[in-house]
Amino acid sequence: MLSRVAESIYWMSRYVERAENVARFIGVNLTLMLDSSDREQQWAPLVNTTGDHEDFEKRYKMATEENVLRFLTFDRDNPNSIISCLRAARENARSVREIISSEMWLQLNTFYLKVNDAATRGKGMESPHDFYTSVKLSSHLFMGITDATMTHGEGWHFCRLGRKLERADKTSRILDVKYFILLRSVADVGTPLDDTQWAAVLRSASAFEMYRKKHGRIWPKGIVQFLLLDREFPRAIHFCLREANESLHAISGTPLEQSTSDVEKLLGGLCTYLASTSVDEIINNGLHEYLDHLQDQMNLVGTKVFEMFFAQRVREPEKKPASESLQ
Amino acid sequence: MKFRDYNLGGFFDEMIGEDGSPRLAVRHLARNLEALPDGELIRRQKSADRALIQMGITFNVYGESAGVEKTLPFDLVPRILAAEEWTRIELGLKQRIEALNLFIDDLYHEQKIIRDKVVPEHVIASSKGFRKQCVGMNPPRGIWCHITGTDLVRHGDGQIYVLEDNLRCPSGVSYVLENRHLMKSLFPEVFAASKVRPVSNYPLRLRDVLEFLSPDSVSSPRVVLLTPGVFNSAYFEHSFLAQQMGIELVEGSDLVVSDGFVWMRTTKGFERVDVIYRRIDDDFLDPKAFRPDSMLGVPGLMEVYKAGNVALANAPGSGVADDKVVYAYVPRLIKYYLDQETILPNVPTYICDEENDLSYVLENINKLVVKAANESGGYGMLIGPHATNEECADFAKRIQADPRNYIAQPTLALSRVPTVVDDHLEGRHVDLRPYILYGKDIYVMPGGLTRVALKKGSLVVNSSQGGGSKDTWVLADAATKEEDLLARNPAQSQSQSQEANI
Repeated sequence: MLSRVAESIYWMSRYVERAENVARFIGVNLTLMLDSSDREQQWAPLVNTTGDHEDFEKRYKMATEENVLRFLTFDRDNPNSIISCLRAARENARSVREIISSEMWLQLNTFYLKVNDAATRGKGMESPHDFYTSVKLSSHLFMGITDATMTHGEGWHFCRLGRKLERADKTSRILDVKYFILLRSVADVGTPLDDTQWAAVLRSASAFEMYRKKHGRIWPKGIVQFLLLDREFPRAIHFCLREANESLHAISGTPLEQSTSDVEKLLGGLCTYLASTSVDEIINNGLHEYLDHLQDQMNLVGTKVFEMFFAQRVREPEKKPASESLQ
Repeated sequence: MKFRDYNLGGFFDEMIGEDGSPRLAVRHLARNLEALPDGELIRRQKSADRALIQMGITFNVYGESAGVEKTLPFDLVPRILAAEEWTRIELGLKQRIEALNLFIDDLYHEQKIIRDKVVPEHVIASSKGFRKQCVGMNPPRGIWCHITGTDLVRHGDGQIYVLEDNLRCPSGVSYVLENRHLMKSLFPEVFAASKVRPVSNYPLRLRDVLEFLSPDSVSSPRVVLLTPGVFNSAYFEHSFLAQQMGIELVEGSDLVVSDGFVWMRTTKGFERVDVIYRRIDDDFLDPKAFRPDSMLGVPGLMEVYKAGNVALANAPGSGVADDKVVYAYVPRLIKYYLDQETILPNVPTYICDEENDLSYVLENINKLVVKAANESGGYGMLIGPHATNEECADFAKRIQADPRNYIAQPTLALSRVPTVVDDHLEGRHVDLRPYILYGKDIYVMPGGLTRVALKKGSLVVNSSQGGGSKDTWVLADAATKEEDLLARNPAQSQSQSQEANI
């Protein structure tokens, strides 16, 4: 597969997942706000977690609900807003239309046009819950179509690799949002906090019912275990990284139990790391610090993926081109 | 809606005869259209418009900001050609392509046709499409023009004429395939009754042609489509064709020349490329051979091509036959190379480079269509009867300054096809571009792209200038070959249902 194409597929998939997760961040916050008596301060952390707070403060100043929603949803100058992510996803898809299935293109294009239409007309905000739900569903539909219509070969694995890395990163950020909102002091961890608010976090990761089946009672440790370390729940970080690792090995052709390249060693190492940590250790050493470290490592995986597969598009062949050596 | 109210406007209409009733071949469609309830026509037209946007069947518009995409307007009333008439068109096109291929090959070798004074030497020497770099070259299997789009028009006399040849990178075939796809969902009932010949196997045919060109030593050739990139106006088509053929779509920067071969940059390293369907003009193909400032091409590509280690379609240099002055000589080429009479006539053409023709053109410029020899897309053209006196005077000056670069033709009364305008049908002028593939043999796709000038009274059908397109139906008759029938047979098998398993 062409390096350029692999890179486009990988980013197409990452951007769709990113758009979905921005909708999830906002969704959980909207729900929290409904139950919250203290309505003002809780929109700023949302901008912090996407890492774009400097840009936000420069252009919007006040972290009101309206400003934050606009910045994260329809602001075309914010590269991580839903509309910007979808635009980037679509542009990438457009450059690999012949590789992905027609159905995938059709769904992504329709998805983009719908959000673009809402952005242009400023619609969607009269019923934000419905709007963000539809963004999530459109993303699910795209993933489902991808899995059902695209050959599960190299291209599909790049798709999955991108999606799972992005999802792992964003689940860690959803946990982090919650950390900022609720865990003002370390002492709060493990105390029985408002169930409704934790439930909102689980719902934002579509994890509420699955969590119930496994852990029953809602309590912070259980949630951290479930969203971080669970091996079976599809939005759990551990689960995502294991699937990413599988795709990575499928692409390189290295057996799963071996690691030859830097990126395989790094990602394989992360999976082992997650498999061997306990919730208590994480909480004792600081959830935020743990998540921070994890995010750094996942970013490094992204860099190594680029070096290993995509950088080929700018590399020169080792032998000098024949026509040049004659001169 | 009823055809009683339809106004022929004094033009030949592809659908409605002079007596005001539908022609024999279109009777099923006409009956169907007439039976549509009020508002249904416009509803289906809107549904087609929506589908085009959702499917992203768009072209980029030059001169507007990057990423601006427009759809090629699609009109849902098809243009229909009867089986018998098509047979003649098909023969005529095959004859023309065969002669043009021999002509190009001759030009880059012995130039017998110039020695025998059939075509004047200076016409070739001054043609922009003639590439000195290609002299003496032998393209794989001796074929230069693998893919040709020839523009045909029907005049008021009912006769089909060849308007121009496109041997460089003819575009539009993707619209033919997508238009058909759309029409099948809009008018399923008419299809079955009308016996429309399928066009859907074009991508496979094209792939066969491309594989046929690969070097003999290669058992399973790697074929790629080379595009200038996502900002090119025809990008959708490049991507669509690559997808339909199941080949890789590459940009110049994805390819590199090394050790006498062309390689592509993949996630697993460099992989060899054997055949390139290039949708980049000669000028930009290889900065070492042609324009040195080209960023789109592959440096060193021509050397590999000359050594026979990669095939290019169409062959570099074949654009010489696109020259509109060369066009004027095609009937003579057919006589010279094939010793046959021309089946599909040219539009009568005045060659401004010839003295008698020049003075006729200058005197009658307001009645003629004047074309620059090396322009396409409807640019560099004067339609005398629709032009102002100043425009005519300006063109006259340009012709006198460079007569070699101009031809003139009588203004044709292009035939019309009923076209949806608001909630009813009006006649609009059309042309037709069939696609011809030259591989083991010559294949003409049954149909082609019918372009329609959507502006009332306009004769310019180009998409860049307010044109749209229609589906083109070539009807089958008893003589139609087996391939068509196979494509028509429905699948027989049925999957098991749950009950059967219990």
